[in-house]
Amino acid sequence: MVSTLTTSLADVASSGATLRAFLHGLPGVDRVGADQRAAMLGTRSIKTTAKAHAIDLAISMVDLTTLEGADTPGKVRAMCAKAAHPGDGAPRVAAVCVYPDLVAVAAEALAGSGVKVASVATAFPSGRSSLEVKVSDTALAVAAGADEIDMVIDRGAFLSGDYTKVYEEIVAVKAACGDAHLKVILETGELSTYDNVRRASWLAMLAGADFIKTSTGKVSPAATPSVTLVMLEAVRDFRDRTGRQVGVKPAGGIRTTKDAIKNLVLVNEIAGDEWLTPEWFRLGASSVLNDLLMQRQKLATGRYAGPDYFTLD
Amino acid sequence: MFEYAPAPESRDVVDIKPAYGLFIDGEFVDGSGPSFKTVNPATEEQLAEIATASSDDVDRAVRAARKAFGVWSALPGSERAKYLFRIARIIQERARELAVLETLDNGKPIRESRDVDVPLVAAHFFYYAGWADKLGYAGFGPDPRPLGVAGQVIPWNFPLLMLAWKVAPALATGNTVVLKPAETTPLTALLFADICRQADLPPGVVNIVTGAGETGAAVVAHPDVNKVAFTGSTEVGRLIARAVAGTDKKLTLELGGKAANIVYEDAAIDQAVEGVVNGIFFNQGHVCCAGSRLLVQESIHDELLDALKRRLGTLRLGDPLDKNTDIGAINSAEQLARIRELSDSGEAEGARRWSPACELPERGYWFPPTVFTGVAQSHRVAREEIFGPVLSVLTFRTPAEAVEKANNTPYGLSAGIWTEKGSRILWTAERLRAGVVWANTFNRFDPASPFGGYKESGHGREGGLHGLEAYLDV
Repeated sequence: MVSTLTTSLADVASSGATLRAFLHGLPGVDRVGADQRAAMLGTRSIKTTAKAHAIDLAISMVDLTTLEGADTPGKVRAMCAKAAHPGDGAPRVAAVCVYPDLVAVAAEALAGSGVKVASVATAFPSGRSSLEVKVSDTALAVAAGADEIDMVIDRGAFLSGDYTKVYEEIVAVKAACGDAHLKVILETGELSTYDNVRRASWLAMLAGADFIKTSTGKVSPAATPSVTLVMLEAVRDFRDRTGRQVGVKPAGGIRTTKDAIKNLVLVNEIAGDEWLTPEWFRLGASSVLNDLLMQRQKLATGRYAGPDYFTLD
Repeated sequence: MFEYAPAPESRDVVDIKPAYGLFIDGEFVDGSGPSFKTVNPATEEQLAEIATASSDDVDRAVRAARKAFGVWSALPGSERAKYLFRIARIIQERARELAVLETLDNGKPIRESRDVDVPLVAAHFFYYAGWADKLGYAGFGPDPRPLGVAGQVIPWNFPLLMLAWKVAPALATGNTVVLKPAETTPLTALLFADICRQADLPPGVVNIVTGAGETGAAVVAHPDVNKVAFTGSTEVGRLIARAVAGTDKKLTLELGGKAANIVYEDAAIDQAVEGVVNGIFFNQGHVCCAGSRLLVQESIHDELLDALKRRLGTLRLGDPLDKNTDIGAINSAEQLARIRELSDSGEAEGARRWSPACELPERGYWFPPTVFTGVAQSHRVAREEIFGPVLSVLTFRTPAEAVEKANNTPYGLSAGIWTEKGSRILWTAERLRAGVVWANTFNRFDPASPFGGYKESGHGREGGLHGLEAYLDV
């Protein structure tokens, strides 16, 4: 999908000039067309058996998240209990996502459950600190038992055109991750254009991201369907080009079962069903889980239970 | 795998009668010709018996329209507007019923009739309702007068939308109409007749006569018709132009097309692919302005074709009433035969044929989305209007060659340009001889925008301010 380039991808980051030339050589994204396509896919009607399958799949892809200043070990333990056993035979979620200082609590609570522990790092959510601090933030989380690191890119550097700085930070954080998976948060709400979203996606993938993630959840707009669509196109094209598959995680603003299912439709029709597993697609969210559980029960019993039948954790 | 379960729209929202008469002077009356069947092209199941209007019936309809013209044209514009606004609102209220009926009779996916056809129909009535009391400010003098009785003949590809394009401006300007819907898709026009009654439109302002070509010919040839408006094939358009020649009838024709969709190497590829798909596979390619010729710059030919083929693999063909269907049925056995004949000629003349893996239903009229590569300008599939889901792919090397090839057709209805460079859009658009040029989009319609062709794609404009002129004595 990338126009003919003589340099191999390995050399792309060899200088600021080649990196810039590569990213600016990617085909543009037409906003009107991308929005139209995302809106059309939003009209897909997922009913009965397809809906039941989609709800369980969506639950298994949730990164159940709490990222508040008021988080405590007690709050994190409660969320972990829900993550491992959402109830009524629903599958466990993919991961919990917490701040680095609470990773140890989550790791202990989830030991043996199969639910991964993800931690935000690198001066989340703004990313405004030195590389040294970002790397030690990452190392702290990994040492405490994080399986996955959700880092933020330096949007200031990206918007000022310093792609090399963004690239090198991702490479450094990836090194600090060791065996932990690296999700790179683009904060698309601050990148503003879809062209930037596509460039930032490629930049992150070139630097070694295992996942690209839309947002911190602290900036609006967050995971809009159009942005997720552009990122799904990017991972699809990247695999065509390099053979390496990268995951996608929309995060922020996914609140209802409908939102979640729309995301699965996007994955299905843009990247393809090879991405339709928790290994390659995640939903960063918190409140969506209860709505998924409620719709799941409605589908099984034909009735809605009241909200009090679903736990607030 | 994520299989979508069937999600059919309920057909219980429409009540199809076993037989329909003609709508003349505000009443449903029997036709004197032999009745004919209208079928669901997706299943070949009979939907209803339809009356045929003889030339006597057409004469009655024209006389009713003439009588109503006196009353209707004498109403203040603001009063006519009230009726049109009322019709527009009823269309919105009965949108689901209209969409389901359109899909049953035409074969188009419910997603399109629900999200495109019916909303545009309502928008068209709203738009022209707004003009009815402002005609003095439209640039045709302080008090432009209507023409009289308009005879209108419409096609089967957008049955209700084409009705709206014809009826709304005619009524807004004070004319009355005798409209003949297509033989294979009369049902939504007959439901529209019911909407006219519900809106208390004065009898005779709208008359609907059903039948085949002979009925249409009688409408066009009637001596007391002042204005003829036709949308359909260039072949029939020629017959109509001949029939009208030498009379003082005003004529607008909206005919065929063989539009070029030009994709430059610097286009936003993913959206260009969407535009190509939307350009030719929207409404099974039964679109006069369809982008049936893809002109792609040689340097991105392989890349674009790979992306296009991958995308076509995700199109969902099947039950038009299923809300997830992208490609519905071909409207008639006759049209299917024409599409097959032209596609076979493509192969015979040396173009390469490709379709995604897709299962066609056993009953009904179906044709898979089809792409011809290696097409030359001289191939029939590059020159003749197929009016089906068949795309011909040609290449070009320079912008000048793109324009030359795009214009090298007897048609000139529409064209598309795909590039991220604004100056190239303007350069190309200035040189394309087509009535509508879309830039980085395709098949977008709006009642405020005029629509019509160059060359053998017809003459006159429908829609927008320009659309008023065809119905005014100016």
